[in-house]
Amino acid sequence: MTKTELCLLSAAQMANGLVAGDFTSVELTQAHLDRIADLNPALNAYLYVDDAGALATAREVDEARAAGQDLPRLAGVPVAVKDIACTVGMPTTAGSKMLEGWMPPYDATIVAKLKSAKMPILGKTNMDEFAMGSSTEHSAFGPTRNPWDLDRIPGGSGGGSSAAVGAYLAPLAIGSDTGGSIRQPAAVTGTVGTKPTYGGVSRYGVIALASSLDQIGPCARSVTDTALLHEVLGGHDEMDSTSLDAPVPAVVEASSTRDLTGMKIGVVKEISGEGFQPGVLARFEEARAKLVELGAEIVEVSCPHFTSAMAAYYLVLPSEASSNLARYDAMRYGLRVGPDGVESPSAEQVMAASRAAGFGDEVKRRIILGTYALSSGYYDAYYGQAQKVRTLIACDFEAAFEQVDVLISPTTPTTAFKLGEKLDDPLAMYLGDLATIPANLAGVPGMSIPVGVAEDNLPVGLQFLAPATQDQRLYAVGAALEAALTEQWGGPMLDQAAHLCLAQPFDKQEAGA
Amino acid sequence: MSAQTHTADSVLSIDDTLAKFDPVMGLEVHVELNTNTKMFCGCATEFGADPNTQVCPICLGLPGALPVVNAMGVESAIRIGLALNCEIASWCRFARKNYFYPDMPKNFQTSQYDEPIAFEGYLDVDLDDGTTYRVEIERAHMEEDTGKSLHVGGSTGRIQGADYSLVDYNRAGIPLIEIVTKPLTGAGERAPEIARAYVSVLRDLLKALGVSDVRMEQGSMRCDANVSLRPKAGDGATSAEQLAVPLGTRTETKNVNSLRSVERAVRYEMTRHAAVLDAGGSITQETRHWHEDTGVTTAGRPKSDADDYRYFPEPDLVPAAPDAAWVEELRATLPEPPAERRKRLQADWGYSDLEMRDVINAGAIEAIEETIAAGASASAARKWWGGEIARRANKADVAITEMGVTPADIAELDGLVRDGRLNDAMARQVMEGVLNGEGSPTAVADARGLELVQDDGALEAAVDKVIAANTDMADKVRGGKVQAAGALIGQVMKEMKGQADAAKARELILARLLPS
Repeated sequence: MTKTELCLLSAAQMANGLVAGDFTSVELTQAHLDRIADLNPALNAYLYVDDAGALATAREVDEARAAGQDLPRLAGVPVAVKDIACTVGMPTTAGSKMLEGWMPPYDATIVAKLKSAKMPILGKTNMDEFAMGSSTEHSAFGPTRNPWDLDRIPGGSGGGSSAAVGAYLAPLAIGSDTGGSIRQPAAVTGTVGTKPTYGGVSRYGVIALASSLDQIGPCARSVTDTALLHEVLGGHDEMDSTSLDAPVPAVVEASSTRDLTGMKIGVVKEISGEGFQPGVLARFEEARAKLVELGAEIVEVSCPHFTSAMAAYYLVLPSEASSNLARYDAMRYGLRVGPDGVESPSAEQVMAASRAAGFGDEVKRRIILGTYALSSGYYDAYYGQAQKVRTLIACDFEAAFEQVDVLISPTTPTTAFKLGEKLDDPLAMYLGDLATIPANLAGVPGMSIPVGVAEDNLPVGLQFLAPATQDQRLYAVGAALEAALTEQWGGPMLDQAAHLCLAQPFDKQEAGA
Repeated sequence: MSAQTHTADSVLSIDDTLAKFDPVMGLEVHVELNTNTKMFCGCATEFGADPNTQVCPICLGLPGALPVVNAMGVESAIRIGLALNCEIASWCRFARKNYFYPDMPKNFQTSQYDEPIAFEGYLDVDLDDGTTYRVEIERAHMEEDTGKSLHVGGSTGRIQGADYSLVDYNRAGIPLIEIVTKPLTGAGERAPEIARAYVSVLRDLLKALGVSDVRMEQGSMRCDANVSLRPKAGDGATSAEQLAVPLGTRTETKNVNSLRSVERAVRYEMTRHAAVLDAGGSITQETRHWHEDTGVTTAGRPKSDADDYRYFPEPDLVPAAPDAAWVEELRATLPEPPAERRKRLQADWGYSDLEMRDVINAGAIEAIEETIAAGASASAARKWWGGEIARRANKADVAITEMGVTPADIAELDGLVRDGRLNDAMARQVMEGVLNGEGSPTAVADARGLELVQDDGALEAAVDKVIAANTDMADKVRGGKVQAAGALIGQVMKEMKGQADAAKARELILARLLPS
């Protein structure tokens, strides 16, 4: 197998190939490292590549396998980690100048889990600064580009992970989803991503954006691969008080589902129509019809408070973020700059100057918003009110899930927009997340899978939502629909971007654009 | 602490202050719990370790780190709440108190805001004049301590003007309970004493609970004293009329770190406020720093009620929801309340009210209890601890337990007296030797050759000798003036160089002189 062919395998195929001895983990890992070296300059999906560390793990796996040791299922299969998770031996920046070059002294729980699963960690993927954004354009280290069209955004904040998976620079990647940062990039890059139930995956060691909304999850090119990574990541962690003390849902098992007979699926009226791109709606309708073919019953449900989700989200998130980001004060780690023209500045002056220099505009915008929303006299009207809306949204979900097993909607209203197109219009950028945000506010799980391309030849994502702790339902419907669509298309989604399967998908001119 | 001199504010005399104004206090006490680990991480809490050796990603607030509540901290908080007669919340949350300061690793303190674990309690405080004042407790809540800044250079030891600052995060994350009183009204002239007595009783209570080292000098118990004055409602005003007068502007004197200082600081602030108000001025709402050496406070930072800490529920922690059965289990572990305990001990020991108050004021309850347990009589234990030792301790301004005499020593000394080896005068000499560090009572008595003469022959010889030498006196006794025997006893004791049993000498003299 050529190096490119190795990279084109699914994670499940890689795991099987390693067990069968078709190739070694070193070969597999090296193939990815070589592809990253070739293609990352055009994509900027990775901020840091750990050749030595990844190969060391790969070698260890190969040796253990040669010695006949029992190994975890994904041992030797490489993975990429969003630069929001702390990693010993690799810098962790959260896409911010504030943490440029910061080397964490500890591993996030999920990183420790990847390590004990013996998965070579290829490197750290690009993201919007502190996960604030929907395009990865807010990274302090340059935007990531969408492999389908380098002039377009790969989604955000986890654009790096999705672009890496979509361009075959990693079979699997870690994302974090606060308002859609796993699902929206998956949708616009034609890949799969899951935001698990809140508390289903430990947040310990993952740099917090908004603690009550953040959730870590898997990114991959297929539902089964996503499930395989989900099971590695999931489970109770005593280091995270908000982590659920419950077994990991049987998502791998669920992803072998092909028949949806008896399944009731609800279409959420409030997030499935107005303002959506025609091509997105067309693919959504086709997928809906396909689900009926598979035996599901489709009903329309109403979640009236979803229309207030965006407003509530942009109060809760900035409020929590303004507090979570207060620690970046130049006193103990990270960027430190002195104020201009001050002889011997005070600690406060250094804090102010460092925060002014270290944070980007979007981060500052949200810190200011959040600080305001929490101020005495405004708290009740803003943060307090937003929390009430959260409760109402949770009630909407509850009522909906009394009628149906899962909910569906398009993941995003549009396909990938052009780089720079919405940079000056934050509100327009925020609106792109209107379908994904309710799940975070209520803590329920969600998944995006690709359902074809729109009139602009760019991928369209479909979102599934399930009740809390019922993540396996996402995988059941996702896998069944994926299988039916793959059969219809005659191959997986990414085959529709044929150039991606090449060793050199991007011509030099395009890459330099 | 700096040695700089502070420009003294003018003060009014305490009498003038009380004649014109009614003081209102609010006391906030921070108690460091003695849990083995910090409130939200597994770091050790040992006092005095090398700087920044008891830290981890969590208490350093590193990116990504998350807190986990120390269950022992919650348990201690509940026990404190119960001991303060508080209600215990069945469900409460932690909250973030947001402000920037270099010794706060996250730039927010994980605390509690409008949902404290314990609320609406009281603590009764006995005062010197025999009255009891009920201190109403508003709340007791859980929080974490900050790190500790050391400001180097500059003249004040404070951050302003320092050349640089060092920060030790060992203390960051140590569990704290903040106990807040309601405004204490109606205290009048007793206000400073109430402040001291409250902190003292609270300290005893926390010690009895075993939840804290309560060492004020090490900062494991710290008191902030809020003081304000309002005008007197007028001569003959009822207390209801006085209570209706609006509160004055308060100042908050921070980190007053001894019982004596609590009393002094409150009295000082009362008299300082009075001088300002009496001169037609107004009090600035601010924090004040107490200076132990000069006995004055100086201005800290302005503090307004609108200090905006942007509190919101801590999203990284789940609510604390102690179930009722557990709370009742904890209630069963509470020690006897100090006031009830005192009543019981007084009855057991047979002390008068006055004797008991002296013992309490001398801080001698525990010492006496241990001394009696070691075998001494209640009266002997009181005589020693409440007498000579208390006098000396008071003079040296140290606790009686720090005088070098143990309860076992007292019991031993009392045993020597009761066995007839020592008389009272000799016992006092022995005590002096023990206080001087000369060893145990027996060792001191041996070394100083102090021992009652038990040889009746020597005593009889001395009695005969004294009677022969003092015929006048002897005749008076023979004539029925028994009191005159006193002089003869004195002579016998002198003859015996003090080492005789005076009662026995009296017995012999009377036997010789009076017909049986």
